[in-house]
Amino acid sequence: EEPVVAMPTVSRVAVCGGTHGNELAGIYLVREMLKKRADGTEPVSVVTVMSNPRAAQLCVRYVETDLNRCFTRAALSAPVSETSPYEMIRSQELNALLGPKASAQAVDLLCDLHNTTANTGLCLITYSDRDWICLHICKHLQFPYMLDICYAKAYLCPTSVSISMEIGPQPHGVVRSVIFSAMQEGVQLMMDWICQFNSGTLFEGGWVDVYTMVKNIDYPRDSETHVITAAVHPNLQDRDFCLLHPGDPMFLCFSGETLRYRGKEALYPFFINEGAYYEKGVALSLARKRRVQIPSQHTLGLLDY
Amino acid sequence: MSSRTNVSCLHEAKRVAIFGGTHGNEMSGITLVNMWKQNSAEIERNGLLIKPFISNPKAVKKCTRYIDTDLNRAFTPENLSAPDVEGLLYEVQRAKEINRMFGPKGSSDAYDVIFDLHNTTSNMGSTLILESSTDLFNLQMVHYIKKAMAPHTCSVLLNEHPQLKYSTTRSVAKHPIGLEVGPQPQGVLRSNVFESMRTILKHALDFIEFFNSGVEFPPCTVDVFRVQERMDYPRDTNGNITAMVHPHLQDCDWEPLNRGDPMFLTFDGRTILYEGANTVYPTFINEAAYYEKQQAFTTTCREILSANAIRKAFK
Repeated sequence: EEPVVAMPTVSRVAVCGGTHGNELAGIYLVREMLKKRADGTEPVSVVTVMSNPRAAQLCVRYVETDLNRCFTRAALSAPVSETSPYEMIRSQELNALLGPKASAQAVDLLCDLHNTTANTGLCLITYSDRDWICLHICKHLQFPYMLDICYAKAYLCPTSVSISMEIGPQPHGVVRSVIFSAMQEGVQLMMDWICQFNSGTLFEGGWVDVYTMVKNIDYPRDSETHVITAAVHPNLQDRDFCLLHPGDPMFLCFSGETLRYRGKEALYPFFINEGAYYEKGVALSLARKRRVQIPSQHTLGLLDY
Repeated sequence: MSSRTNVSCLHEAKRVAIFGGTHGNEMSGITLVNMWKQNSAEIERNGLLIKPFISNPKAVKKCTRYIDTDLNRAFTPENLSAPDVEGLLYEVQRAKEINRMFGPKGSSDAYDVIFDLHNTTSNMGSTLILESSTDLFNLQMVHYIKKAMAPHTCSVLLNEHPQLKYSTTRSVAKHPIGLEVGPQPQGVLRSNVFESMRTILKHALDFIEFFNSGVEFPPCTVDVFRVQERMDYPRDTNGNITAMVHPHLQDCDWEPLNRGDPMFLTFDGRTILYEGANTVYPTFINEAAYYEKQQAFTTTCREILSANAIRKAFK
């Protein structure tokens, strides 16, 4: 007999958009959600947040520093003053607003909305591969182009359960209606799952394909000037989550030479040619895929633990 | 008895510039110009002075469109004649410098040709932008490029509209040409877009070299799209957009848009239709930089321009 996991209800949910101020689908979705006044009849309490309002106003990724890198333990506990970078102040504000320590307002699940210039389709990023709620949500959303990723970094996840919903391709500073609709539907499906879960539905266990990051690959660069000397190869461009084999083309140099993948293990590329990652020295990331077994799950009921 | 057709004799085009980084986040041109500044072998042509040039270096360094104001709108007579004082916007200062180096605009000392390299988030493919329907040199060059690029399509956009025309960086030259290749997100370099732009320039420089060597180019016609009207997004009283480009229009640059066709989709799912009386051909559909310029797309109409035969004037 497979074990059934019982978990507390997901009573309060936060939906965050504009963690990066030029990723527009989440920004417009949060604006639409904020227009609808809560009337107390919603089955789940949802707090909707514009994470980086100043960056959203200017339509830039960040004003002084990437907000999505300001949620490490060190960043959240560092003393801040008026002269601290805007995003360092903001991350502490968000942590106080949404984090588990702010008892009256603590959220049980946080969903952070993102866009990418890479052709990822809709993917969900979780921070632990034992996060059964996130994995059940992934399973619930599982349509042909929806995939999961596990990351081991401290992104915007002050709560115990955090999911980033990443949808591409969309240029920064642009909202594409197909992408907006996909994000709206993704959030709706997530809320549907939570409502069903809270009302006692038993969700069958099963398996989920999870991609775990192995390494980042930078562009080839000039050894002196550090300027990039190649573009992602046309055979690899837009082929996120398509298996990359040793010997497959990776970069097409401006000189005309093709550079090939020299790793020994076939891996899955993702975030191929994300605009914001040039400055981070990342042309693409590579992941291993594995199947994760998830148990059947239902809520503990009305008792919160 | 057959009569000889008119041949227009034009000045040799000796001085050519290639501008990248007029917008600091449009990566194809920036990458090409930096590459050619380091090694110009690929762009060298007999008898031609060719200068690759980064027009907005501060914006390029920050990978942003502009610092204070859009350089590609800054070449107005007022700006170019503004006195050198403190507090001038960076791009106005830069416009004046560029006018000194490559102009003065409108004078006989100005550079013969400037290619200004741009990218767009719109699905415009390879586009050549003209500012005049009577510049024979440019018409013949564009005709040559289109033929050389075939079967790859090069569309030609003509912006001669008295109100919508703007003072571009390249307008300093006698023969300004805009190269616009998309779709490509800002800050991103896509290999296929990069190589298309590189190939267009190769053919353009070949044309100029042939022209300067005395080759006569027979009369030709060029299919163009002439700019008509800017269409903004629907907005609320606070100026925020209330709808997105409709999925049926998204990525359909250069395709006909007829009365009754879907145009916008509101955030709450309502379709807004195009109500114009005539069929138009939209372009610059959903260009990221144009949200702030109140432009969801630009309408154009199709036209065929004619050009006389041309050859270099003998001294």
